[in-house]
Amino acid sequence: MRVMVIVKATKDSEDGIMPSTELLEAMGKYNEELVNAGIMMAGEGLHPSVKGKRIAFDGSSRTVIDGPFAETRELIAGFWLWEVKDMAEAVEWAKRCPNPMAGPSELEIRRVFEAADFGEAFTPELAEQEERLREKAAKR
Amino acid sequence: MAANETHQAIETVFRIEQARLIGGLARMVRDVGLAEELAQDALVTALSEWPKTGVPNNPGAWLMAAAKRRAIDGFRRKKMLVRKHAEIGRDLENERDTSVEDVEAALDDDLGDELLGLIFTACHPVLSAEARAALTLRLIGGLTTDEIARAFLSNEATIAQRIVRAKKTLGNAGLTYAVPRGAERKERLASVLEVIYLIFNEGYAATTGENLIRPALCAEAQRLGRILAGLLPGEPEVLGLLSLMEIQASRLAARVAPDGSPILLTEQNRAYWDQLLIRRGLAALQRAEALGGANGPYALQAALAACHARARKAQDTDWQKIAGLYDTLRQVMPSPVVDLNRAVAHSMAFGPETGLSRLDEIDPAAGLHNYVPLPAARGDFLLRAGRLEEAKVEFKRAADLTRNAREKAFFLARAAACAG
Repeated sequence: MRVMVIVKATKDSEDGIMPSTELLEAMGKYNEELVNAGIMMAGEGLHPSVKGKRIAFDGSSRTVIDGPFAETRELIAGFWLWEVKDMAEAVEWAKRCPNPMAGPSELEIRRVFEAADFGEAFTPELAEQEERLREKAAKR
Repeated sequence: MAANETHQAIETVFRIEQARLIGGLARMVRDVGLAEELAQDALVTALSEWPKTGVPNNPGAWLMAAAKRRAIDGFRRKKMLVRKHAEIGRDLENERDTSVEDVEAALDDDLGDELLGLIFTACHPVLSAEARAALTLRLIGGLTTDEIARAFLSNEATIAQRIVRAKKTLGNAGLTYAVPRGAERKERLASVLEVIYLIFNEGYAATTGENLIRPALCAEAQRLGRILAGLLPGEPEVLGLLSLMEIQASRLAARVAPDGSPILLTEQNRAYWDQLLIRRGLAALQRAEALGGANGPYALQAALAACHARARKAQDTDWQKIAGLYDTLRQVMPSPVVDLNRAVAHSMAFGPETGLSRLDEIDPAAGLHNYVPLPAARGDFLLRAGRLEEAKVEFKRAADLTRNAREKAFFLARAAACAG
């Protein structure tokens, strides 16, 4: 079962305060443990939302909203993708994470949809399109 | 937290910790069976203590300390009749007063080594491949005997007995439970990789029964491969095997129709292929090749799987490249099965008649006459060459040979299609 573990943003992370050397070290060690346990599939940290954009959809209208975004608690600062046996295992590994932020902070675990969950609506053409875009995005 | 929730949390902690726990203990007491018992005892202690005290900050170190105490008690009860035990007991006693932090540091130091030692032990060549697979799933995967029995379509008593015998064999072999070094390492590593791939294939293509895929076994093998790649990052064949498994597993959702019948690679809905696994597989292959391992048997098979993974549509497949890779694989890993797959690749790259010539070159003494994919391939080539009557005979032969009910129906359908 695949899960996304989301690191919630805090005021510090939104203010662009970089993690301390100690935290980077602890996170590095934690990531190594995740790799050695065979559950880590991917993971990234995100810049503060001041460098982000939002696109609001309503019918045919598309409105671009510049960051930063107000509701800090709902923003994300990073994520991992893990392959685990069940949710209990994901919870146990998440509890072992070093405090991701200096102050109080939160991780959120969500189950990832897999392609087959979408049924017949997901065609090879759609997948190809999606993958091309991913590749283009990766090259930038 | 409700009592049963605590209970579940403890069992999860134990599942995560048990492999390195058993690995560390096995090295100490030189007996993998005893190590497993001590680990179980530590779990029982945790189940009675933790609901009162809460789960400790470093549960792994706690469990190890508890297991060590049990080991000392056990040796005392036996009044240290055996000199080896006396020595170990003394060693342990000297360690007894060390703080949890020290134990933790020691655990961290050779954590990888202990786990690796256990993997090498469970996959020791003194054991049969089946025994190695069962023991590996039990000790490193943390599966119950019942789960292993269901995965291998066997019964619990048989698997339990197989595991007990395997532990006894290991106990009598006088092993050191260390990670093999030097020349021995290569041979022992091959044995480990063989077991992991056997587990994967058992999940990927069941040989008997109605259920074509048992994905839990594939997931278990992939996890073992990822663990091994983390512990031995410089071994190209570990990366080759990991790449092969990730890419093959990327097709799990696409290779069986809703009614349970198999779908050929070229017919699969590639939208269902798991792109994250493919990217991971390609990355592992790239690392294997960068380490100079491009011509390892697993890396070559991974490179073959990668050719399919890279093709967004079946008609984009680079069959010339695949044919070339099989020509190399045939030199590195001569086998009639490789020759058969090479014939398939040649038929796709150069036409069905070339494929038939390659099939005819396969040594008749190679023992393939009851091998289902042979008539299946010949039938396919003949069909594509427009030789329908001959094709029909071959598909019927494949249907007669297979023990898998889904496959049988599949070949009968192909035979029936030749009539038109």
